[in-house]
Amino acid sequence: MLTHFSAVLLFALFVSVVFGITQRAEPKMMIRFGAYCFVMLVGLTIAASWLMWAIKH
Amino acid sequence: MATASSTELNRRVPAAQSGKATLALILGWLIPGAGHVLIGKHIRGLLLFISILGMFLIGLGLQGKIYAPNTGEILDMLGFAGQLGLGALDALAHMLNWGAPSVITTVGDYGTKFIEVAGLLNIIAAVDAHSLANGRKAS
Repeated sequence: MLTHFSAVLLFALFVSVVFGITQRAEPKMMIRFGAYCFVMLVGLTIAASWLMWAIKH
Repeated sequence: MATASSTELNRRVPAAQSGKATLALILGWLIPGAGHVLIGKHIRGLLLFISILGMFLIGLGLQGKIYAPNTGEILDMLGFAGQLGLGALDALAHMLNWGAPSVITTVGDYGTKFIEVAGLLNIIAAVDAHSLANGRKAS
């Protein structure tokens, strides 16, 4: 069974692969953009999680 | 004005290329990544297939909801439209009664989002195959 965090990682991975392939034309730029999307998706999710934790406490 | 635009479009996209582009769009919608395979981008097609199918299967595994077409609820209709992007996978899900009829758990809500986003990503992938086939995207 997936944990919430592993679900986030898989979601970010698959979305990043599709964005990388479809939004850039050169293979090198595809990898770079895909990695950027992955870092942003996971990073912003972690940041939003801590923000929600801070609001609750 | 409209005539000038369509003339310009026809000049940029020859008829044979346009037919292949339309086929890539439809095939890419029906089977994730198939549009890219049709135009010779096999690795991209495989990666798209794995990614979109992976999201769809994870969504089903998390008890995600498969939306019915005529519930009358606007959010359900939007969800159905998003999942329609999955093409043959969505048709299979309806025919074989895959997925949950309603969201019962929080994880089920995540699963529903996985399935919806997979459908939307498949539309992006199919349009990308169309753009590659008609030359609007360089490579």
